[in-house]
Amino acid sequence: MIKEFTKGILKENPILVLALGLCPTLAVTTTAYNGIGMGVAVIFVLTMSNIIISLIRKTVPSKIRIPIFITVIATFVTIVKLVMAGYTPSLSKQLGIFVPLIVVNCIILGRAEAFASKNGVLASALDGLGMGTGFTIVLFFMGTVREIIGSGTLTLGFPILIDPHTLNIMGKGYSSALLMILPPGGFITLGIFMWLKQLWVKNA
Amino acid sequence: MDSKYFVASSPHIRSDVSTKKIMWNVVLSLIPGLIGATYFFGFRALYLTIIGVLSAVITEAIVEKCSGKKITIDDGSAVITGILLTFNLPPGVSWWMPIVGAAFGILFGKMIFGGLGNNIVNPALLGRAFLMASWPVQMTTKWLAPRGGSIPGISTNIDAITGATPLGVLKVFVGETLANPSATPEQLTQAKHILVQLYSHWTNLFFGNVGGVIGETSAALLIIGFLYLLIRGFISWRIPLAYIGTALLLGWIFGAPDGFFKMNVLFYIFSGGLMLGALFMATDMVTSPITPRGRWIFGIGCGILTVIIRRWGGYPEGVSYSILLMNLTVPLINRHTVPKKFGV
Repeated sequence: MIKEFTKGILKENPILVLALGLCPTLAVTTTAYNGIGMGVAVIFVLTMSNIIISLIRKTVPSKIRIPIFITVIATFVTIVKLVMAGYTPSLSKQLGIFVPLIVVNCIILGRAEAFASKNGVLASALDGLGMGTGFTIVLFFMGTVREIIGSGTLTLGFPILIDPHTLNIMGKGYSSALLMILPPGGFITLGIFMWLKQLWVKNA
Repeated sequence: MDSKYFVASSPHIRSDVSTKKIMWNVVLSLIPGLIGATYFFGFRALYLTIIGVLSAVITEAIVEKCSGKKITIDDGSAVITGILLTFNLPPGVSWWMPIVGAAFGILFGKMIFGGLGNNIVNPALLGRAFLMASWPVQMTTKWLAPRGGSIPGISTNIDAITGATPLGVLKVFVGETLANPSATPEQLTQAKHILVQLYSHWTNLFFGNVGGVIGETSAALLIIGFLYLLIRGFISWRIPLAYIGTALLLGWIFGAPDGFFKMNVLFYIFSGGLMLGALFMATDMVTSPITPRGRWIFGIGCGILTVIIRRWGGYPEGVSYSILLMNLTVPLINRHTVPKKFGV
């Protein structure tokens, strides 16, 4: 059972291996804190929607399952959106449209379709938690790399629990490479991360 | 059996031309431009070029060492990338700019695709595009006045106003004034006066006492280097001819900010990076088409894009982006210009 959790972190990592949910990955990872914020939102939505979909999997007619899954997912995305706007308004502003867009994030519908609609509640919850964690880890590290090179700073924190704090780690003389926090920098960083993952798996 | 009776498949004609020989000859052909840049901008141009070359060569060596491949830095292609990348930087940039740009160009423009021969776009231009997007202030304001000339190449105090190159003055100062409906008559007169001055000083552009990126300053010295390669048969004449010809024609029609058919074509083709781009960067063997018809299409495409960016785009000069964009179309051009097989 524990395997359902750990597979999402490396072996079937949603970004590096399944290559799902790339739109928010590229768009929001301009700071490490944004990466964590997006990741936490996805963990919540993914775990909760996996649980509900697993519970109702036997009563849902297969012909209309997709609209029903989307409705369930949209419910949790609305919760996340309102909580985020209420408790962390600055994060909500930074992530902008990408929070409501979690509804159409391929990872969530993909796991609902491929896993939660076929497995038990506990397994589905662990799957959602693991996939969400794998997503968050990649987003955090991409955000870290892009922020350090692209802005010379590192913003750490955790939504609601710890307020974000910006460290000026590259010092004053550093002239930041603007490209890294622009879309091309996102693609380059993602490509390098995928390559490093393959390299690691090959050598392990 | 008669030992003279020898059957072999083609090729039957061999020559001693190798990649290495061509590459080092290209390096040689860039030397006049480098000497000119050193004369006009001082030793700063030379030492920026040297660290750009060192960065390109060392990056290539490190990547090849780490990936367990044969180290091919002696083929001279990384040296060319280093020189061309530095030729594309304003002479006043910080010393680390050519290092970062050349390393990025070699790593993400060339080695990541598998090294020489596999790259999709020109590594030097990719490095320039990276620097342009990352440090736009360095790339657009660090101009130096050359020996015996001024940055825009004319004898007014215009560089105090805009600090720009001839094309920058044309676009930002003259172009915007003429397009501004609320410009006063004096401003319009001054803009027109500057336009006339720009046109009449095209010889400055040709010989080099005008501001610009390190390598573009003297069109004459670049042409000397190009002619050497052309005589040795190492370079295609179709791409430069198509590129410069298209830019000349369309520039004459659309290029002037004050109406059609008014551009001084000599000013147009000798200003900015057109000579450097058309002669040395669009002709890069790896990233240009291999068929003669394809080369015409490639050159004409570069020319059209350059004129469009210069006249209507956001930047004063569009050579580097034109070539990068056309580089991406090369596989398509190659596929659709395959010559008919003889006898089929």
